[in-house]
Parts: sequence; C-alpha cells; structure tokens
Amino acid sequence: MKTNPVISAQNLSLTFQTNDGPVHALKDVSLDVDKGDFVSFIGPSGCGKTTFLRCMADLEHPTGGTITVNGTSPEEARRNRAYGYVFQAAGLYPWRTIGGNVRLPLEIMGYDKADQAARVKRVLDLVDLAGFEKKFPWQLSGGMQQRASIARALAFDADILLMDEPFGALDEIVRDHLNEQLLNLWDRTNKTICFVTHSIPEAVYLSTKIVVMSPRPGRITDVIESPLPRERPLDIRDTKEFLDIAHRVREGLRAGHSYEG
Amino acid sequence: MRSLLPILTVLGAIVAIWYFAVAPMNVRVALDQVERSGATVEPATSVERRATSVWRLMRNNSEHVSVGYALERPRLPTPTQVGQELWKTTGEMVLRGRALSKRSLILHGWITLKSTLSGFVLGTVLGILGAVAIVYSRVTRMSLMPWAIISQTIPIVALAPMIIVLSSQLGVEGRGLPKAIISAYLCYFPVLVGMVKGLQSPAIAQLDLLRTYSASGLQSFLKLRLPASVPYLFTSLKIGIAAALVGTIVGELPTGAVSGLGARILIGDQFGTPLAIWAALFTAAILAGLLVTFLDLSQRLILRRMGMPS
Repeated sequence: MKTNPVISAQNLSLTFQTNDGPVHALKDVSLDVDKGDFVSFIGPSGCGKTTFLRCMADLEHPTGGTITVNGTSPEEARRNRAYGYVFQAAGLYPWRTIGGNVRLPLEIMGYDKADQAARVKRVLDLVDLAGFEKKFPWQLSGGMQQRASIARALAFDADILLMDEPFGALDEIVRDHLNEQLLNLWDRTNKTICFVTHSIPEAVYLSTKIVVMSPRPGRITDVIESPLPRERPLDIRDTKEFLDIAHRVREGLRAGHSYEG
Repeated sequence: MRSLLPILTVLGAIVAIWYFAVAPMNVRVALDQVERSGATVEPATSVERRATSVWRLMRNNSEHVSVGYALERPRLPTPTQVGQELWKTTGEMVLRGRALSKRSLILHGWITLKSTLSGFVLGTVLGILGAVAIVYSRVTRMSLMPWAIISQTIPIVALAPMIIVLSSQLGVEGRGLPKAIISAYLCYFPVLVGMVKGLQSPAIAQLDLLRTYSASGLQSFLKLRLPASVPYLFTSLKIGIAAALVGTIVGELPTGAVSGLGARILIGDQFGTPLAIWAALFTAAILAGLLVTFLDLSQRLILRRMGMPS
C-alpha cells in the first residue's frame, strides 16, 4: 500500500514581477516526495531549485498550482513546525554559544528548560559536536559551524529537513566528511530530506531520488530513482552504477541547457 | 599600554605648541603691563603697538616676552596656569573642606553632570523608541525620519533660550529640566540613527530562519534584532553622551544661569577672567573624557560577555 507523499507539488508555478518583465522562477513543476526519501535538487543557477525549497517552507508563495506538506498547506506546516531549514550560510548568532544557538528554536517554541538542555546535548552528539556547547561560533571552523546549524534544525524533531546548499561554501574534503555524516544521520533518524546542491557527485552520493532542473523557465527535466543501496561508503563513488547515474544527471543538465538556443 | 605612547606624543606636541603660542598671543598685554610699570618698550605707546605685528613686537622687546607667561589676565593662559587654576578650584577646595562652595568646579561639574546624565537617559530612551518605531512601521519611517534630520539642522544655541523660556512659562522651576531637554535634543539623534542601522542589521536569511520557527514579532525583536543592535548602540551612545554634555553646557549659557560649567564659562567671559573660562573648559573636557571612557569600558565588557570581542 502506498502511503501519502510527505511533499506533493502539482503544476506549481511562481512568477516574479520585475522591472525587466516577469521572471518564471518555476513553471508547472510536479513532484511527490515520500516519507524517508532523500531528494536532491540539482541544476544551474536560476533553475528554481532554491525557490522550490522555499515554497515548501512557506518562505515564497507560488503564483499557480498547488503544493502540500504533510498533507497541509506549507503555511500550516510551518506553523506546525513540520520542517527544519538549513541555509547556505550557517547563520549562527555570534552572541550565542553553540549550545545557545541550538537552543534558539526550542526557546521560541516554548520547550521547558530541562527538555531544552537534553535536546541540545542529544543533537550536538548527533552532529559530532559534543563538548563544543559553550564555545562561540567564531571559535569553530566553517564546517563545524554548518554542523551546528544542522543540529539547530534537528533540535525540535521535525520530520522534514530542508537543506539549501548547506555545504556549498565548504572545501571538498570537509564536504565529503559532512556528506558521510549526513547520510549516517538520515539513516538513523529516518527523516525526509530535501537537499539543494550544485554538485553532481554530492547529489548522486546522497540521494534516493535526484531531481534535475533547468532554468528559464525553472522546471524539472528528469527525476532519477537511485538504485544505490541505503548503506553507502564513500568509495561507492568509484562504482559503475554510481558513474552511470552521474552520467545521466549530466545528460539531463545538458538537455536543459540546449533549450536556450 | 601600546596605545599610550602615541597618545602621550600627541599630548606632548599639543602642550609644546600651546606654550609657544602663549608668547605672541600675550605680547601686547605683557608690553602694556611693562609700560605701566615704567620700563621702556618699543614702540612706546599702546596705540603705536596696535599697528605693529606681534612678531616685530617680540623681536624688539625680547627681554619682556617672558612677562607674557605670568599675566593675571592673559589672552592665552599657559598650561601651567590652567592647571594651577584647576587645582585651586577643585583639589585645594577639597583640602580646605569647601568642595561644594560656589567657586568650586566640583560643584559646577556635578550640576552639569547631573543634567547631562538625565538628558542622556532621556535622549537614549527616545532614540531607541524612535528607532523601533521607524524599523517596524513604514508610516513612521516615512514621517519621523525626515523630521529627525531636520531637527538637527536647527542650531541648538537658537533653540536653547526658547526651551528655557517656554519651560518657565509652563511653571517648571529651575533649570534642571530644560537643560536635560536641550541635552536630550542633541543626544537622541545619533542613538536613533545607530539603532535604526543596528535593528536592521540582521541578514534576510536570519529573519527567514525565525520565520521557519513561526517566531512572533516580539520574539524576533528580543532574540535577533535587539542583540544584533548592541554594538551599534554603544557606538552611538559614545557620540550621544558627548553631545549631551555639549547640550547641557549650551543650556547653561543663556544669561541668568549661575551654576554649571556653562555658567562658569559665561561668567568668566563677562568678568574678564580667562583663567576661569579655561578651567571650566578643561573640567568639561575631562568630564566628557571620563564619560566616553566609561561607556567604552562597558562596551568592551558587555560585548566580551556576549561573545563578540571587538
């Protein structure tokens, strides 16, 4: 029996009115994300992948079509605190310690003090930052800051994690390490993750489903269900299966570009 | 400690230039005095000397130039004279147990300080409230900001007497309140501008983050905008307190005031006692220095506790 999709978009469109005329950030985008999926959105700048993610988070309002999150409108899902959002920049508050930053959503959502402390400890363990609770953000490396921001998004146990190029600004080695940790975390928590990225290897390595998008207007050109197993050591990236998927993604990206003429 | 040497060097240079400047500034008065005491000077009469440049006077009467360094009513007193006058009106008064006599600059400094602090508090509160109104409401942003800017283009010396007259018409006793209002008038503006900038300093992504938590307006104010504005606030407060002191002194200038550093400056001018003016001036400068230093230290302390060492 098929369960209801966690996120479901039907003919979703979003047009920005600018001085240079309308910009079609999204046009007729339809996609279902099932529970426990790890979905990557990949495409060149301007393909609407971030806009799509922001529509799920109720940070943008679609101008056409429908989208549901947990079977409700994105606004209701946001009010129900159904998702955690990780931005490209860690965006930690410099005046709060790492623990204080992770506690921020808990304070806002009114968790009691004891629960706050327990949750902060648990999620910092989860992202391998135990012992850094009392440090200030500037005392941590970029990768550690980004891990703290993931802990912050995990702290209130939302089932959905929306991640907008969270590792985009980090170097290759740190990124590999964080990708591995993220898969591990996803495996243990069984969350539904939507992940925006520019990197083909990152998308293929992480995802159960890869959504290839193209710009002007922003749309989906290919959806690839990954045949890779859930358990993924880093060296899976040298297997033929992996390279085949990467090839298909690249083809999809190229096809998207050929429309421009 | 490392910043001490450049500060002392600049200070030393200022004192040196000051000492050199005393000779040309005081040479005419000095020669008048020498002439009255019967010695011969060149040219012989005050009228003739008025048509001669100070440099020529100094060259022709080099033996009398030193008199200019010990005049009772100099055009420009020496740093030593100012220091002596300061000591006479502060430390010596304390030693004689008359720290709060009418001639004591401690009393006048205290009166000015009180008005400055009440004006500073009033101005800071108004500035912060104005900034919140401007950041949170488009209507106040469009209406309040231009008036705030216009308010600073009106010379405070023109406004101060009116505020004093009007407040006495309203039955306000004494000068305390009008002085505080004048000083608040100068002080609120830097606080307003700094706080508007500070409250608007959080990036869009940080506001978006709070939106994903469905945070209320009050929560995002208390947890994000307010703490983010603290460094901006302190910078503004340092400018604000100096402005508040100037405002208070200007409020003490209009005739009728008898207490406060501003009144001492005015009285010194009217009675031809330049030493009193300079001593009051230096008291004001020292007061301003202490206030700004105090704010600077609190800024360092608070920012360090907030994990944002400057």
